[in-house]
Amino acid sequence: MDHQKRSTLDLFNTDLATELRLGLPGSTNDQPEIKSNLSGNKRTSSESGSSICTDENDSTFSPPMKEQVVGWPPVRSYRKNILQEKKPTCETGSGMYVKVSMDGAPYLRKMDLKIYKSYEELIEGLQEMFKCIIGLYSEKEGYNGSQHVPTYEDKDGDWMLVGDVPWNMFISSCKRLRIMKSCEATGLGTYCV
Amino acid sequence: MNAPMPPQQQVTNLDVNVSSMGSSFPEEVLEHVLSFITSHTDRNIVSLVCKSWYDIERWCRRRIFVGNCYAVSPAIVIRRFPEVRSVEVKGKPHFADFNLVPDGWGGYFYPWICEMAKACPWLEEIRLKRMVVTDECLELIAKSFKNFKVLVLSSCEGFSTDGLAAIAANCRDLRELDLRESDVEDLSGRWLSHFPNSCTSLQSLNISCLSSEISFSVLQHLIARSPNLKTLRLNRAVPLEKLYTLLHRAPQLVELGTGAYSAEIRSDVYTNLTDAFSRCKELKGLSGFWDVVPSYLPALYSVCSRLTSLNLSYATIQSPDVTKIITLCPNLQSLSVLDYIEDTGLNAVSLSCKDLRELRVFPSDPFVADANVSLTEQGLVDVSEGCTKLQSVLYFCRQMSNSALSSIAKNRPNLTCFRLCILEPRAPDYLTFEPLDSGFGAIVDHCKQLQRLSLSGLLTDRVFEYIGKRAKKLEMLSIAFAGDTDLGLHHVLSGCDSLRKLEIRDCPFGDKALLANVSKLETMRSLWMSSCSVSLGACKRLSQKMPRLNVEVIDEQGDLDSRPDSCHVEKLYVYRSVAGPRFDMPSFIRTMGQNPAYRRKKKKADP
Repeated sequence: MDHQKRSTLDLFNTDLATELRLGLPGSTNDQPEIKSNLSGNKRTSSESGSSICTDENDSTFSPPMKEQVVGWPPVRSYRKNILQEKKPTCETGSGMYVKVSMDGAPYLRKMDLKIYKSYEELIEGLQEMFKCIIGLYSEKEGYNGSQHVPTYEDKDGDWMLVGDVPWNMFISSCKRLRIMKSCEATGLGTYCV
Repeated sequence: MNAPMPPQQQVTNLDVNVSSMGSSFPEEVLEHVLSFITSHTDRNIVSLVCKSWYDIERWCRRRIFVGNCYAVSPAIVIRRFPEVRSVEVKGKPHFADFNLVPDGWGGYFYPWICEMAKACPWLEEIRLKRMVVTDECLELIAKSFKNFKVLVLSSCEGFSTDGLAAIAANCRDLRELDLRESDVEDLSGRWLSHFPNSCTSLQSLNISCLSSEISFSVLQHLIARSPNLKTLRLNRAVPLEKLYTLLHRAPQLVELGTGAYSAEIRSDVYTNLTDAFSRCKELKGLSGFWDVVPSYLPALYSVCSRLTSLNLSYATIQSPDVTKIITLCPNLQSLSVLDYIEDTGLNAVSLSCKDLRELRVFPSDPFVADANVSLTEQGLVDVSEGCTKLQSVLYFCRQMSNSALSSIAKNRPNLTCFRLCILEPRAPDYLTFEPLDSGFGAIVDHCKQLQRLSLSGLLTDRVFEYIGKRAKKLEMLSIAFAGDTDLGLHHVLSGCDSLRKLEIRDCPFGDKALLANVSKLETMRSLWMSSCSVSLGACKRLSQKMPRLNVEVIDEQGDLDSRPDSCHVEKLYVYRSVAGPRFDMPSFIRTMGQNPAYRRKKKKADP
């Protein structure tokens, strides 16, 4: 399906013009993710936080992600979250790279979480990569006593202390890592009470 | 209540002495007869026969169902049915599930619980859907009803685990606590320990929507002292390694929702799990399955032959793994999966699951343009062919054709619910590039018992002509990005005799169809229209013509009072009501026909 033509059936939607799209020869690109202005409304944006764009002059190469229309497709939000978080976990062995930043370092690193089987191994790896001491985790105190505290961003966008949840749960929800200076990390250790 | 009561019956003298009625046989006999009539519709009809039947019926009504919480006044309902034991109320419109209903819209349970706490000390069951329930409501429930047994909060919000703690602590005979798909402020898992040791009555517990970790020992102990526990749906945080200890204590379980189905690969964990599952001889339904590690799936193979219900819609496992499980389940009646199952998997379903009644296939990656999996219309066609008892379908896919829809319709004329979501709005028949009018036309033509239909893809007014002509049993219709002119909407409103709920988004339907069918709207529960072409003026006219409809305009852009009548409204929600306009709305929702000054005054007067 590399070619779409729509006749102007929609008499009310004067903005829904003819969409002619060409793909590369032999390509099987799906339809582009163009969202035309959907009805002859006289206002600008119908939903807060999301605009429906009119984009007839878009390039012939469709970007991988669609511009999202509010409430479409009709999938409950808890389903979207569950699925999106699975992205870091590639079960086919191609590695699970996440960005790792350290406060004060000039650039970020990338690390394959799949090569580790436990928190101990991960911490060792972090210490090696950044030449720092992170120390031991305890449920009550977090990483008290060390200069650096490993944290991660989970699927909900929250910053969490590394070590609180079971390893498998961490692996499936970790989107990126950040090694904080312990003076900035106060409050994190007492978060999970 | 499905039909609004005529006004005169609302003001019936409620203190009438029933026994002095001149009925042809003693009221006890009629009461006994009525006890066999349980359907809400039938009960409502009984109450309309005559005044004495109305009075007798209301005193022995035990269950009430309110499909729209704003259609009736809680005070009047509770006064009418003082002996009610079970109340079911629904709040927000269905499109709230997809974030189309703004926050603060309404649907508050508080006015209801206030009335019930005062007047119904023997209330046993509360079931709510899409309502706002606060901790204060839960506390009121906890302390007002000595015999309280069942609390089901489906897609509700507004409460926290503190409220749950109150329920756990005070409802001594609690049988069912089901929080399905609710949005709970999860402060901690400690609420579960508020169930006293003396509480042994639990039959059903669904906490799958909670994110916090609960104390495993508390959970274990609760399960161990609940010999009648039949349904247990755990939350994701319950670790797989420990699941076997719970199953050991509840081998009588009929329905189980696992937590995260992943653990380090260890043979002892695997053996324990396999052994525990094999002891659950009554298990008929499985769900949960977040974060599945495929190596652990064989542990549950022993229960598959008895399964009637399987929900793998969170399991991001690939087609071979999904297919393997499903082919071991010949007695499956209800199946939910992700599109990872692919056409090959659905083909296997069509060959193995001959008792299948309900199929739901969800999209794994709904926002990516290209198909990430090989799931097409073919999978659904195969299932429609092989599963002769299939009645209910929810199917997300990326392509569809008229010929496929026609095959499905001819294969399965017994369909009662058909919800198709082609991910790309206005996608045509991928083979012919035509609209999908004839395909859906075939569906409504062949499936004469169709009660629920959701449309998608490229559709012209013609599909609505078919629906209006053929879909005579249709009760709920969902439309998105479809149609050409008002004629489309007119076909539906004038033709669908059984229509109760109509929800429309992003369609070019406007004033003409609406104003030509005003009376129809009073025969329905509700109409939702968003991002359509309905003008403010038409909303006002509708409200004037139909005083028993609440015509609510939602517009978050700014002051509606200063808008010209010609401007289009963002969202419109119309519903019949005997309670008059409501006053608990945020400022961006306005009921047409309400004098703004009166509205502000009334709002101040209400506590």
